[in-house]
Amino acid sequence: MPEVTKLIHKYLRHDKKFPHVWCPGCGIGIMLGALIRAIDRIGYDKDEVVLVSGIGCSGRLPVYVDFNTLHTTHGRALTFATGVKLAKPSLKVIVIMGDGDAVAIGGNHFIHAARRNIDVSAIILNNSIYGMTGGQYSPTTPYGMRSTTTVYSNIEQAFKISELAVTAGAVFVGRGTVYHAKLLDSLMEKAFLKQGFSVVEVIAHCHTQYGRQNRLGSAVEMMEWQRDHAIPVEKAAALKPEELKDKTVIGVLVDKDLPVYQNEYEKIRERSQVTAGR
Amino acid sequence: MRKTRKNEALLQGNEAVVEGALRAGCRFFAGYPITPATEISEILSVKLPPVGGTFIQMEDEIASLGATVGASLAGVKAMTATSGPGFSLMQENLGFAAIAEVPCVIVNVMRGGPSTGLPTFPSQGDVMQARWGTHGDHPIIVLSASTVRECYDMTITSFNFSEKFRTPVVLLIDEVVAHMREKMVVSDQEGVEIFNRIKPTVPPEWYIPYEDTPRGVPAMANFGEGYRYHVTGLTHDIRGFPTSRPDEIGPFNARLFRKINQHFSEIQMAEHYLTEDAEITVVAYGCVARSAKRAVRDAREKGIKVGLLKLITLWPFMRSAVEKVLQTSKALIVPEMNMGQISREVKRVNPGIAKVFTLNKVDGTIITPEEILTRILEVS
Repeated sequence: MPEVTKLIHKYLRHDKKFPHVWCPGCGIGIMLGALIRAIDRIGYDKDEVVLVSGIGCSGRLPVYVDFNTLHTTHGRALTFATGVKLAKPSLKVIVIMGDGDAVAIGGNHFIHAARRNIDVSAIILNNSIYGMTGGQYSPTTPYGMRSTTTVYSNIEQAFKISELAVTAGAVFVGRGTVYHAKLLDSLMEKAFLKQGFSVVEVIAHCHTQYGRQNRLGSAVEMMEWQRDHAIPVEKAAALKPEELKDKTVIGVLVDKDLPVYQNEYEKIRERSQVTAGR
Repeated sequence: MRKTRKNEALLQGNEAVVEGALRAGCRFFAGYPITPATEISEILSVKLPPVGGTFIQMEDEIASLGATVGASLAGVKAMTATSGPGFSLMQENLGFAAIAEVPCVIVNVMRGGPSTGLPTFPSQGDVMQARWGTHGDHPIIVLSASTVRECYDMTITSFNFSEKFRTPVVLLIDEVVAHMREKMVVSDQEGVEIFNRIKPTVPPEWYIPYEDTPRGVPAMANFGEGYRYHVTGLTHDIRGFPTSRPDEIGPFNARLFRKINQHFSEIQMAEHYLTEDAEITVVAYGCVARSAKRAVRDAREKGIKVGLLKLITLWPFMRSAVEKVLQTSKALIVPEMNMGQISREVKRVNPGIAKVFTLNKVDGTIITPEEILTRILEVS
């Protein structure tokens, strides 16, 4: 049996929930593949993995995989994940979000989960648009682009999700694109193995909404754009800011160590017992 | 709780909530500071760590209830506490807990509203919000408390109901009850019934997470215990997967209501005080029920046959108990610290034999026994 078939049988709810809701050519499938390969390589038991999502195209991902899956409210996935992780720290908690999910409606939860250093991995699919609701502009839609709610052009500046995560204190931040599938595999593996709040931003295309409204071509053409505009972080370090203007820096942006919330809390429990015994 | 030899303790309502929660087995609390509920957070931040529990202060009340629901899914009894403005923010995830059937307890120490309103003054303005605050048809259990001891008891009962019926339970407490200190007697030997959620006993491959059982409450598997299933805020089929089939949506919604409706006799709690021969019955809850009891006694001394029906369960509305006094009394008085949220329900179920009078106060002060007595004298 080919490797991919084995993975499909092992990790997908292949006999229960397919076909999926995503458009043909969507990048979410590549992200899902990378996620499953990373989990398989690390060798987590399926019972110990909790996959949490919010609302949108990305929010539908957990229903297709055979883990403990939790499809929450819009933008709030990280709050539920915080509760799951702190209540049962032995679980591996992975959160899937979209760009609107993570940095618009859930922006506050995102920065605070990073600041607290909750031991959760956040995978953010950034396709620069609200896809499921029909192509409205999101906080990551670039200036000057068109959407169904910026028909005259987007006049807002876009959020840079990875840079936001770095500033908010995430201990691991990596960015890849769905074109660079192998890089995604390794970024996710590193993120899952990292103790603390880890972020992987996945630059993806939405040819159905964003691509069509901005005449960016097919899914393949949009992935070629990802290839042509991506620059590894090692090379980017040598370039000037103006040379990086239309480039997407990919690779590991941050990998550092800070006290992890649940470990710190365990110390609090011990300290509180000493105080209570007095 | 510092107790004397007689097991007496001088406690504030909010402290009693904490003691009740710990007694019920609550081991997770997520909250956001808000007057007049903050003491619950403060005390639990001290008392949860030594018993192996977790306290976390979240970034807002949306996150507080999200984390509470998440912890409950992982198998830990969880609670949050707030007041009006925070309760408004919680409505979103309250609906999630209702549709995904996740046990959790939300304490709302009510203050004057709307909006920021009156942070340190009492009100009963959230009775309807507790029932209908989150969108969509949904069942909910809402309890109230009028004494410090009841804060303790009803917190335990809230946890028991939430676990037994897999539903969020809202405990509405008046600011004056939450901040009032009175003697509470509680014995460690006292047999308090603690109910824990029913877990599946079948092998994982046979587990149907949202099965339509006769009780209406499916067995609940905790995350990480071998039953991998899907939890979603989308309307789902019995396996937990999103559905758009009318023949699955209808029965699902019907079961959500049935699991509460068929247990009315267990859920609905009230106290009758001198109602047997009462010509006038006062229907009250929370701190107002205390004033009403005094007013009833004073009126009896004047020879007026008055009784009190104290509602403890606010939702589902205690139709049977109210209907009974509507038949035996000539008049009902419903004093409330709002513009008439429960009196509306009383009028709704009134077959017309008795007259229903209201007494509404929304100036940030409590309704006094004298005010209720005056109303009784007017009506009699």
